[in-house]
Amino acid sequence: MSADKPTSGTQGGGKKRGQAKGRTKAQGKKSAAPAVKSDQLLFAGADWNFDTIQRTYDAIEEIALGELGLDLYPTRLEVITAEQMLDAYASVGMPVMYSHWSFGKRFAQQETLYRKGLQSLALEIVINANPSLCYIMEENTMATQATVIAHAAMGHNHFFKHNQTFKRWTDADSILEDLRYARRLVAECEEYYGQQAVERLLDAAHALSAQGVDRDRRGDRPDLAAERRRRQEQRHAEREATDDLWLRTVPKPAGGQVREPEDEQLEAQRRSLGLPEENLLYFLEAYAPLLENWQRDLLQMVRELAAYFEPQRQTKMMNEGCATWTHYQIMNRLRDNGQIDEGTMLEFLHLHAHVIAQPTFDDRGFSGMNPYALGFAMMQDIERICTEPTEEDKAWFPQIAGNGKPHATLREAWAEFRDESFILQYLSPRLIRELRLFKLRDDSAEDNYVVEAIHDDAGYKRLRRALSEAHDPVAAQPRIEVVEANLRGDRKLYLEHRVQDRRQLDAMETRRVLRHIAFLWGYDVQLTEVDADTGERIAVHNPKD
Amino acid sequence: MRIIDRRQNPKGKNLGNRQRFVNRTRTQLREALAENIRRRSVSDTSSGETVTIPTDGTHEPEFKRDHSIGQRSRVLPGNKEFREGDQIQRPPQGGGSGSNASEDGEGEDDFVFTLSRDEFLDLLFEDLRLPDMVKRELKAEDAAKPKRAGFSTSGPQNRLNMVRTMRYSLARRAALGRPKPAAIEEIERELERLEAGEIQPANGRPAETRIEELKTRLKQLKRKRSKVPYIDPYDLRYNRFEHVPQPIAQAVMFCLMDVSASMNQEMKELAKRFFMLLHLFLQRHYDSVHVVFIRHTNFASEVDEDTFFHGQQTGGTIVSSALKEMLRVVEERYPTSSWNIYVAQASDGDDVPGDVKHCAELLREQILPITQYMAYVEIDPGQRLRTGFVDSDESDLWRGYEPLSQEQENFTMRRIGEPGDIYPVFHDLFRQRETTS
Repeated sequence: MSADKPTSGTQGGGKKRGQAKGRTKAQGKKSAAPAVKSDQLLFAGADWNFDTIQRTYDAIEEIALGELGLDLYPTRLEVITAEQMLDAYASVGMPVMYSHWSFGKRFAQQETLYRKGLQSLALEIVINANPSLCYIMEENTMATQATVIAHAAMGHNHFFKHNQTFKRWTDADSILEDLRYARRLVAECEEYYGQQAVERLLDAAHALSAQGVDRDRRGDRPDLAAERRRRQEQRHAEREATDDLWLRTVPKPAGGQVREPEDEQLEAQRRSLGLPEENLLYFLEAYAPLLENWQRDLLQMVRELAAYFEPQRQTKMMNEGCATWTHYQIMNRLRDNGQIDEGTMLEFLHLHAHVIAQPTFDDRGFSGMNPYALGFAMMQDIERICTEPTEEDKAWFPQIAGNGKPHATLREAWAEFRDESFILQYLSPRLIRELRLFKLRDDSAEDNYVVEAIHDDAGYKRLRRALSEAHDPVAAQPRIEVVEANLRGDRKLYLEHRVQDRRQLDAMETRRVLRHIAFLWGYDVQLTEVDADTGERIAVHNPKD
Repeated sequence: MRIIDRRQNPKGKNLGNRQRFVNRTRTQLREALAENIRRRSVSDTSSGETVTIPTDGTHEPEFKRDHSIGQRSRVLPGNKEFREGDQIQRPPQGGGSGSNASEDGEGEDDFVFTLSRDEFLDLLFEDLRLPDMVKRELKAEDAAKPKRAGFSTSGPQNRLNMVRTMRYSLARRAALGRPKPAAIEEIERELERLEAGEIQPANGRPAETRIEELKTRLKQLKRKRSKVPYIDPYDLRYNRFEHVPQPIAQAVMFCLMDVSASMNQEMKELAKRFFMLLHLFLQRHYDSVHVVFIRHTNFASEVDEDTFFHGQQTGGTIVSSALKEMLRVVEERYPTSSWNIYVAQASDGDDVPGDVKHCAELLREQILPITQYMAYVEIDPGQRLRTGFVDSDESDLWRGYEPLSQEQENFTMRRIGEPGDIYPVFHDLFRQRETTS
């Protein structure tokens, strides 16, 4: 995954292809290793074949499982072409995806960027599944293949398997099955109800997918297909019971149609609405009065997939840090063992340097903190604190400083934290100094930016907290809740945005999303922006403005 | 660990999604294309097109904060000289949040992507239809193309199908028991050796009896061999072709343009774009399209594209000269029996007063009967001097042609005032008419 892409989409790893290509071949050949070692070399030169990959994989796995103590899902390496990589990009990195025009749009975008040479492709994509799927590009040189195997098939793989966030939110065993189900469901619905109707619904659902995640209540991850079956059966039973009752007691209306006792249902629903509700998708799926069952099924599908991607948003930096640290360790060990030659090592270092480059804020290439760079730096820093702590480290990290067990410490950190808490726990003053971090206040009411903290004693803790908050997708997202739904009268739906630090919603975008919500809800919708501190109403949005 | 080679998997997994996307943006694409065709050359028809469309229909909205208001804090790397409490001037236009916005908001204003050539043409000529594709007089006549249609028992030698023929021959020889050369050779050899006394018959019979027996047998075999030929006329099979009538798949397009002084460069550009569209459109329908450029002042000549659009020439204006030149070229190179003829005439409408009548006559009598379709576009950027006549809104030529467009189905005329008109006018000219069968 490249650092400058939006993070929500592509799975797992993947690094920008630098200028590395082209020069590797010559180098690989020039620096032929000494004869003594050559029989230990896993490969020589840039070309790869399935034998060298297998051999290299085995050597890498040995180091990962042995020395680093990683624990992995079984891996499936799949070799794909650049074109297939573009395809994978478009379907958010997944091998199976349902059909929707937005994937076509993404594909057209990526293709244009790629063909114009504005953006290079990821070197690999790894899917959080069991067995873990790792796509590697055929164009990679053997040195690159070794790096991406160490990065994705070891680092990301271990992280997926052990990190709490992933364990709680996703089910690696069933994700491919879920995706196949999603594709089937969409195709079936399109067949029955028409492509247009399905796309209309998916458009609306996609607009809300960021609001479709239960951030407070975690851990429920029902099997999609089973859930749907269960609901269908339930509906069927309900209908039969009602039909029976109605058919026997009520004379048929002239039209021959049997009306369901709607009011009764709504009354029951209102009791169980459970407001306020932050999961808009869930709320609409459960309570929108006019939706058909298939529409609810689709909403549920989008919601479940959004939940699948949530851990990746929450652990982006750690995940990349883990993978980058792992590939760095492994490649160095291979070199120490004489299993790769100097040319390969140089190519690897070039690639690695490209991946962890962190331009400073005034650099033209600056686009925020590079998760690879920060992650890798923090992992290295933790390793250092464990083995060679300074007095400062001992004061700041008494529980791990000098414990002499860097690998175990890292493994524990990878398992228990997400980006936000990881930074809060492990970002050291020394790293803050090295990165020369500073905190800037950007207030639209003030003429100037104000420097609030720099890398000094007074600033460490504040910087750490601010950086931690910046890595919390929950905080980055506006918090919008359903606060009231009038199910008896005009059936209006009331939403509320609690405004922090006067950061209001973009009016135009909000209106567009509200239109989607109104479509799903079937009746009028209103969103009020309320200051979180004072409770004062700041703005009101309507879909029809 | 397993390695799977997926490179052979079918490509274009996203073609379906791409198609959906193109469909969704159809209207906007059409507008973008109308804009886009202004920049193309007449004969540049090979490339796809990069189009830029506004994101309206393809925008995917989400709840987002307005980045221009409120307070936020950012942690940045690379501090050099700042101390706590320092004030830093905002970059102009509040661009400080620029990088931030593109980080999470995919700063998408306009959407650029490349259409394949087919997608481009599909969109460009959507619901347009070529009037009168097949020449009327040709519908009966067979401009036929041979097409394979099985095998026949007779035909010219050059169509002999060896495989089929040998298959029949083999079957016949097997059925009729034609002796193989090997069988005859064997008997001959045995006979030779018996006669030479090298061997004796097995069961002690006298050699002579056996020799006699063999001789009879040999005679029989040879007779049979001569009676059952290796290849009989009965075996022969020929490739058979049927003649399938084909509509003529070639067209010639005549571009006629007035290049007299009254047509300035701007007007020529307008005409050029119209010609270009027509060329593209014809190319979609015919295997090959020839383009003939004829320019005229008070006399007409056939020229190449470059001269046609950029050459300078001054003189009076006699439109009929171009029509006559066109007829001459048709006579010389494009027999009406094998070419579909399309004519596009562009002019500012000026003509020598007496000539207009002559033009109309030429069209009615000679040109329109042999032409599939003729379009007359009058280039009128609103700058034409309108003086002297009462009904000065209409040019001489327009007035002269008008009755024709009423009575002749394959002749239409339109006015073009500015580049934006071209595509709508073109679209209007070739719009699929529900009434036509």
